[in-house]
Amino acid sequence: MNVTIVDYKSGNISSVINSFKEVAKDKVTIEVASDLNKIKSSDKVVLPGQGSFKSCVDALNKIKGLTDTLNEFAITNKKPLLGICVGLQMFADVGYEEAETKGLGWISGKVSKIDNQNGKYKLPHIGWNQINIVKDSKIFKDIKNNSHMYFVHSYEFIPNDKKVISATTDYSSNIVCSVEKENIFGTQFHPEKSDRIGLKIIDNFINL
Amino acid sequence: MLKNRIIPCLDVKNGRVVKGINFVDLKDAGDPVEQAKIYSDGGADEICFLDITASNENRDTIYDVVEKTSKKCFVPLTVGGGVRSVEDINKLLNCGADKVSINTAAVENSKVVVDSSKKFGSQCIVVAIDTKKNGNKWEVFTHGGRNNSGIDALEYAEQMEKNGAGELLVTSMDRDGTQVGYDIDLMSKISSKVNIPVIASGGVGNLDHMVDGIRLGQASAVLAASIFHYGKYSLKEAKDYLDSKGIPVRI
Repeated sequence: MNVTIVDYKSGNISSVINSFKEVAKDKVTIEVASDLNKIKSSDKVVLPGQGSFKSCVDALNKIKGLTDTLNEFAITNKKPLLGICVGLQMFADVGYEEAETKGLGWISGKVSKIDNQNGKYKLPHIGWNQINIVKDSKIFKDIKNNSHMYFVHSYEFIPNDKKVISATTDYSSNIVCSVEKENIFGTQFHPEKSDRIGLKIIDNFINL
Repeated sequence: MLKNRIIPCLDVKNGRVVKGINFVDLKDAGDPVEQAKIYSDGGADEICFLDITASNENRDTIYDVVEKTSKKCFVPLTVGGGVRSVEDINKLLNCGADKVSINTAAVENSKVVVDSSKKFGSQCIVVAIDTKKNGNKWEVFTHGGRNNSGIDALEYAEQMEKNGAGELLVTSMDRDGTQVGYDIDLMSKISSKVNIPVIASGGVGNLDHMVDGIRLGQASAVLAASIFHYGKYSLKEAKDYLDSKGIPVRI
């Protein structure tokens, strides 16, 4: 089996690569690529994302055919895909960071700034917060409710269909921090930086 | 609920861990990769490396340390010291750092903060403020505490938030190495001035100081070096103590 981490030149993905390689050991091949054929032939794809919604979408669009290839992978062929942080946010129809920007539209909804209640809550939401698991998700196998995960973000994904939500976290309101829709998975937190428990989520995804 | 973070900091020189007392009189005490791994296994919420003499010396050793550490530690890794340019930041991130802290360069050329936060995202840009009290204001120092810029630390903190910093690492030079506690007045003033998280640094000598830094100083995170490094307290002891005082921590 092989898992491809999509390298679309947006932000720092070395931690994602290190964590997947740590979990995969020799059982699974971890590739890092933006090559369309490599992505097409993968069993699973990881879509990381750092920086703003707009910068990530722009970076995806800069690589000719990448969005189409990802659509084909996740929507047409229904192969497992994990979005991390802005990688998850891009599942939305639209994001409002920097400028209104069209997302991938895989899970209908929008990405807006966290309401910090007039400065009562600091932004970005940085650090360890507990997740409230609201739906059995395949990537939460052996993950206890209220586990701590590492977050760094100022924007939140608000899906229209609440049934896709698998976990929320409490920061000024109940923020969506994990989704599962058929073969599409996403975490707002960073499993690659969430210690052993985060590596377990990565392990769960690899073993789907 | 978001937890307050405890961040052990390792001062690194030529690839080895040292901790300065008021920025001089260094003692050599260990391999940074192994030390970081001990901290991350022990429950550190993040790890911080500060390459203390990087401004003057060969920086390649730190890249190697970061690369090795990031393959062993799966909690966030912040690296600072001698970071001069967007290219330096890029290099550290590529080696596996999750955040980079910028000190002197942010004072001398604010464009570095503006450009790097645009390029890599605010989440990985930490502005480190070394400051010392002068009369009734705090002044920002650069070059590892050697040069006084004369800039007011509170105004500077606000400006750095506007420039795109994701966090501020505030070190009281008056307190650094003294173990008499964080400068609470400084921390709370900066924390209430900005809406980004503040990491308190400089002066922690016991666990009550951490409680005070968070509760009175309103810091989102507390950084400590010596008290962990020389084994005065373990991370677990620190977390259990903070927890017993009602401070939310990840246990």
